[in-house]
Amino acid sequence: MNPALLTTTDAVDPVFKFIFGACILLLGGITATVLWFAFRYRRSRAPEPTSQVADNIWLETIWIVLPSILVMAMFWYGWAGYLTLREVPKNALPVTATARMWSWNFTYANGRTSPKLVVPVGKPVVVDLVSSDILHGFFLPAFRVKRDVVPGMKNHAWFVADKAGSYDLFCSQYCGKGHSAMITTVEALPEAEFIAWLVQPEEGQPTKHDGAKLAKEKGCLACHSLDGSRAVGPTFKGLYGKKQTVLQDGKPLTVMVNDAYLRESIRFPNAKLVEGFQPIMPTVSDLKDDEIEALVDFIEEVK
Amino acid sequence: MMPQQPTPSSFWNDTGKTGITAWIFSTDHKRIGLLYFYSVLGFFLIAVVLGLLLRIELMAPGRTIMGAQSYNALFTVHGVIMVFLFIIPGFPGAFGNLVMPIQIGARDVAFPRLNLFSWWLYMLGAGIIITALFTGGGPPDTGWTFYVPFSARTGTNVSLAVFGVFIIGFSSILTGLNFVTTIHRLRAEGMGWTRLPLFVWSLYATAWVQILATPILGITLALVIAERMLGTGLFDSARGGDPLMYQHLFWIYSHPAVYIMILPAMGVISEIIPVFSRKPVFGYKMIAFSSVAIAAAGSLVWGHHMFTSGMSDTAILVFSFLTFVVAIPSAIKVFNWVATLYKGSISLEAPMLFALSFLLLFSIGGLTGLILGAAATDIHVHDTQFVVGHFHYVIFGGSGFAFFGAMHYWLPKFYGRRYAEKPALLAWGLLFTGFNITYFCMMVLGMKGMPRRYYDYLPEFAPLNLASTVGSWLLAIGLVLLLVNLFRGLLWGEPFTGNPWGGATLEWSIATPPPTENFEEEPVVTHGPYDFKGTGIP
Ligand code: HEM
Ligand SMILES: [Cu+2]
Repeated sequence: MNPALLTTTDAVDPVFKFIFGACILLLGGITATVLWFAFRYRRSRAPEPTSQVADNIWLETIWIVLPSILVMAMFWYGWAGYLTLREVPKNALPVTATARMWSWNFTYANGRTSPKLVVPVGKPVVVDLVSSDILHGFFLPAFRVKRDVVPGMKNHAWFVADKAGSYDLFCSQYCGKGHSAMITTVEALPEAEFIAWLVQPEEGQPTKHDGAKLAKEKGCLACHSLDGSRAVGPTFKGLYGKKQTVLQDGKPLTVMVNDAYLRESIRFPNAKLVEGFQPIMPTVSDLKDDEIEALVDFIEEVK
Repeated sequence: MMPQQPTPSSFWNDTGKTGITAWIFSTDHKRIGLLYFYSVLGFFLIAVVLGLLLRIELMAPGRTIMGAQSYNALFTVHGVIMVFLFIIPGFPGAFGNLVMPIQIGARDVAFPRLNLFSWWLYMLGAGIIITALFTGGGPPDTGWTFYVPFSARTGTNVSLAVFGVFIIGFSSILTGLNFVTTIHRLRAEGMGWTRLPLFVWSLYATAWVQILATPILGITLALVIAERMLGTGLFDSARGGDPLMYQHLFWIYSHPAVYIMILPAMGVISEIIPVFSRKPVFGYKMIAFSSVAIAAAGSLVWGHHMFTSGMSDTAILVFSFLTFVVAIPSAIKVFNWVATLYKGSISLEAPMLFALSFLLLFSIGGLTGLILGAAATDIHVHDTQFVVGHFHYVIFGGSGFAFFGAMHYWLPKFYGRRYAEKPALLAWGLLFTGFNITYFCMMVLGMKGMPRRYYDYLPEFAPLNLASTVGSWLLAIGLVLLLVNLFRGLLWGEPFTGNPWGGATLEWSIATPPPTENFEEEPVVTHGPYDFKGTGIP
């Protein structure tokens, strides 16, 4: 790893130390003074006040000027650390993170996708943040990095993992029922292993997809249950072949759940709405045709 | 349950009107103050129960007592009630009404009927919010911030709840107008601006924030309703709108609203500390001025809630800078309060204990605020449990403890009876200990990376969450003891007459409990609010 490269953690942690250090000193000073005065001048010991002084311009000037200098130092130091979070190293590896209610999906330059953010150790990674529905937050506590994922807006964040390992990735911006389950990990692999992972075809035959796995990875199961229970969306159990009342442009309509209906509902979630549910299903735009077929086959199997 | 009062003639009975209608249609500022007090206290207790349920759910990972949807609804309702029904109306409505007119030597506020109307608007808004919980698509689940696009899409009853908050906004604006007018026009002879008690100064600064900032909240919330009902698309990026614009509009009100919550609390502390030290407050002018400075500069820092949002880096530079500027007047106040203690004669009775613990808890809240104001460190802790810990230190440890202090300091004056001292000290000890366990653990969790509004969490966060929950039980026991002791005392306790604590502000110069007209004859003010020597006060 390039030794001159400052990691995001290296940039932020000293600021924490400086501000916390100053705060502990101030708090300790205030607390000790209050306790000492309360003890020293307690009424049983000091039945009458021994001073009626109501101001002192010099004292007050001191405690206006000194804290002002201190907080300005904090401000500047904090700003300098923040700049490091914003300056993406030139050689950073680009990855696109797509957030949706309530899952993450990562796409690499060569088209490889993954539900985990796999990165090479020691190489900076810049993550472009895309939302397919509402606000989310991309949060890597281990790297002190956080950035909101805003629909219609280009946000990004960068970090570098300097040790191999698995790190938490949370959604930090509240996004509804599955918010706290919208978590995955960063997997930092040694560079050679990472490259092997990147070029390897996605698990198994590239043409034959596993519908069950897709349903989980793409976040379908966050809203659609497999056991018949009603969740945010209708259950998949026994769905195929059922007669369903739907609303098309606000008008009720009875349809038969077949391949064509399922395909349409995945591509254009709001074209026909099942009665009694909210129009909140996102369009999963990165699904390929064969993946949609795999999902349709999978739903057909859930009896 | 109207208690027997020791003094035969007071505002409780001297007009001969006592039934319930003589209260809910009364224009007497003291009766309205008590109406507000009991309403905000009731909502506070409901929201405390909700907070305790949240903590029980978080006691262990996974489902403990409720599902994710219920948890989300619960923290939303907890937040909405605490902010809009308890702490924003709490100080001006309850203690502002009870003591401010007396402290300036007036018989009532400038517009007594408008004052009553404000309370009714408040109750109407509260009623609408409560209705929203049980009708439509169920209680709102957006968080108290109602962020779009989620709030525009969720099927829960957001529109009605937001409408309730909208109505309450009017109540707040009218109270602000009433107080500004009262403080300008109705001061007694000799009550110059430099003789105003600092509580009055703080209400004055607060009232301006209420008048100037609340309309922006009203507009913002109306736009959320329009987004939901009419699909205006103002905040929808797919139709050229901007979700960040909502965040700006929301915080342009809601950051100044933090000062509506904390400034009057600072005012209360500025009353209690001098009285229980028998010394004039140190740096009166500096404290009064810094209230106004906080109110003014505080309206320019809203962007510090949005450092991670994608707002421009230049904006972050400016907002971070201004945030640190606003920190300075708050720090000055703390130093002035501490200096007031020097060479005093300090009595650690219940109001003073609450005031001194305010100093500590508010300092912790304020100092952790510096972490949130600095750009680099805010990125890590924003939207985590650290923020939840921080703002509970400020609004609960700060404003909440000041509210308890005010209850122990002023309520005996209006009831003519007092609470027992020993149980009050015990209650304070339990509250203080429980409080610190609960929220300190939450701040540490946030530093470790646990986000806020999380129904479930990874096993690594379990021990601190458990500790925090246990702390909340201690807090709850302290609170119950505090209330039982206080109200038992107010109804059946020792008589409380004269000026037992030796206050020099005007409310201590009139009969206890005060008569409806407050003053027998027009008062003429001859000394300052903290001039203990010149007044022959013990
Ligand atoms: C016994 C007392 C209290 C307990 C146990 C408590 C506990 C909690 C908990 C556990 C959360 C949710 C954390 C999360 O999941 O993000 C929360 C949120 C909150 N609390 Fe409290 N709290 C208490 C008192 C107060 C008071 C006195 C206030 C203000 C006056 C307050 C204002 C809030 C607000 C504004 C939120 C944020 C809601 C949101 O995220 O939308 N709480 N509280
Ligand atoms: Cu999210």
